[in-house]
Amino acid sequence: MYIEVNGARTFCYTGGKPFDAAKPTALLIHGVLNDHSVWGWQSRYLAHHGWNVLAVDLPGHSASAGEAPASVEQAADFIAALLDALHIDRAALVGHSWGSLIALEAASRLGARVSHLALVGTAFPMKVSPALIDAALNAPEKALKMVNVFSRSTLAPPSGAGFWVYGAGMALGRRVLRSNPQVNVFHRGFVACDSYAGGEQAAAALQCPVLFALGTQDQMTPPKAAQGLIQAARSAGVPVKVAHLPVGHHQMSEAPDATLFALRDFLM
Amino acid sequence: MPGYSDPGFDTLALHAGAQPDPATGARAVPIHLSTSFVFESSDHAAALFNLERPGHVYSRISNPTNAVLEQRVAALEGGVGAIAVASGQAALHLAVSTLMGAGGHIVASTALYGGSQNLLHYTLRRFGIETTFIKPGDINGWRAAVRPETRLFFGETVGNPGLEVLDIPTVAQIAHEAGVPLLVDSTLTSPWLIQPFAHGADLVYHSATKFLSGHGTVIGGVLVDGGSFDWEGSGRFPELTQAYEGFHNMVFSEESTVGAFLLRARREGLRDFGACMSPHTAWLILQGIETLPLRMERHVHNTEKVVQFLASHPFVARVGHPLLQAHPSHALARKLLPRGAGSVFSFDLKGDRAQGKKFIETLKVFSHLANVGDCRSLVIHPASTTHFRMSDEALAAGGIGQGTIRLSIGLEDADDLIDDLQRALKAAEKAAEKAGA
Repeated sequence: MYIEVNGARTFCYTGGKPFDAAKPTALLIHGVLNDHSVWGWQSRYLAHHGWNVLAVDLPGHSASAGEAPASVEQAADFIAALLDALHIDRAALVGHSWGSLIALEAASRLGARVSHLALVGTAFPMKVSPALIDAALNAPEKALKMVNVFSRSTLAPPSGAGFWVYGAGMALGRRVLRSNPQVNVFHRGFVACDSYAGGEQAAAALQCPVLFALGTQDQMTPPKAAQGLIQAARSAGVPVKVAHLPVGHHQMSEAPDATLFALRDFLM
Repeated sequence: MPGYSDPGFDTLALHAGAQPDPATGARAVPIHLSTSFVFESSDHAAALFNLERPGHVYSRISNPTNAVLEQRVAALEGGVGAIAVASGQAALHLAVSTLMGAGGHIVASTALYGGSQNLLHYTLRRFGIETTFIKPGDINGWRAAVRPETRLFFGETVGNPGLEVLDIPTVAQIAHEAGVPLLVDSTLTSPWLIQPFAHGADLVYHSATKFLSGHGTVIGGVLVDGGSFDWEGSGRFPELTQAYEGFHNMVFSEESTVGAFLLRARREGLRDFGACMSPHTAWLILQGIETLPLRMERHVHNTEKVVQFLASHPFVARVGHPLLQAHPSHALARKLLPRGAGSVFSFDLKGDRAQGKKFIETLKVFSHLANVGDCRSLVIHPASTTHFRMSDEALAAGGIGQGTIRLSIGLEDADDLIDDLQRALKAAEKAAEKAGA
């Protein structure tokens, strides 16, 4: 469905069910050069099992208009504005990669308005190599291939009949990049990841249970790079759950069931 | 960065979509000859039917063995996914029927396999879908043929049997300006010779019966989506951008940014028309694909030798292969098909139809039959067989004369193929002498 957020047309995929204010809401946030469709399986399941699902296209990405966020903080402002626009008092935030940092920052700001925080494929700091940042700007096809390769761990993912996730990852990246002729959202997203400094501070301010869903073969955000956040969340005194999934960085497509079960067991 | 995470073509041909079977350890892909698959629970059943979880329900719609084939062909083409179907014809029909209904219009190349021409010119017309045929090299013609109801451009990588090379980048650009996708039949080239998505095509299909299978043992087709076409942006495809009552009111373009076409094609066309592939067939095609790179290299090598032989033979009037400078697609083939333009081509004898008959009947290594892309060398007379329903004008537009003979060069010793052709050409020449005596 489309809604107006900060004056910009914003797309949220609702998992095949209409938005219903009476249900609990899960807001799913994608990573760099992705869009709502990376949450396809998990969105449909949650939407048909009692949840409002809002798998959003971040501003300036895919079907959403607006200025693409230049920082994690800007994106977190957008998440708050999105909840306000839909008059949602309380929601679970689920984020992947860059989206996990956005969800973390938003959760720290929104306090009790966030019921659960699920961080899939996360790390802090989420440093991106200068070479990759440069390639994202000047040779995006090359950078996209690098990211796609680093994000995968198997040549045989159970991603649904007939879909080849390597090719789907490349095609989606190209489509999202093409969707914004004004801004290279690939480069802007990586810069936002690389420059975010508030992770541990945000984790210390959390008021809700937290799930870390980490890919044991993740080369982009290896599990060891999430340990600081895990400790910070534990120190904040909130319930912390860590799920290790036997896959790479793109957990949702490489292990759709395992990712779903981790989310389901955490949210339900 | 070659390696497991960034595999090359030859590695993908062996590994894409497959891993040792987790239940048994079987290294080769198991053949899952099962119509249906047991649900873990009622919730699991509902989730599978509603696309909430990946998995297989019923083998008309998906099957684990077929899924490996689909991923493998998609990987080799650089696509987002694929659908295995009963034949190449079924793949073409599935593409068309997913994108349009009665009132739709296709702009297609004149240089098509006879069966494709038949489907478009006769059968789909009966169902209200019109086709305008354009010579593949008539660039202005492609542009001028577009109508408000046009939904698809369609051509073959290399036309059958004249081997006119489709200028995919140019034709794709015209298609995209018109807001429609370009579908390419890549049967005669296979992804080893050209990957049409890299040149701008949006959809690709194969008659897997030919080079993918490679052994003349099965009938099958595979339809692949490159995931590049913007169905929403086009505005011409409500089938993909509006709720479909026939499947949970799904809006396919919202469901998957890059997989909308495949979702609808599987959940409607494959489900309802039912032209599915047997898992046993999928397995045989997978066996073929494992050696595709090796076979294609040999096909091309042998073809070069045979073309050179025929081009210098005094009883041969014309050899229709882009290897030769005189071929109208020579320059385009060098650009788009640097590894070669395939091993299926035609040539004309300097003789009449009776001499052509004598030529074919004298051949011993070449088999006279209606197929191409076999590991064995094949021969046929198109005007009286594969393209017999076409008028003389349509035949001429496709580069086919009454004396045209089509060869499919196999993997035998090239010297044996040349020897076979030499004897048959001599017999054909003598047949003329006898007739004149």
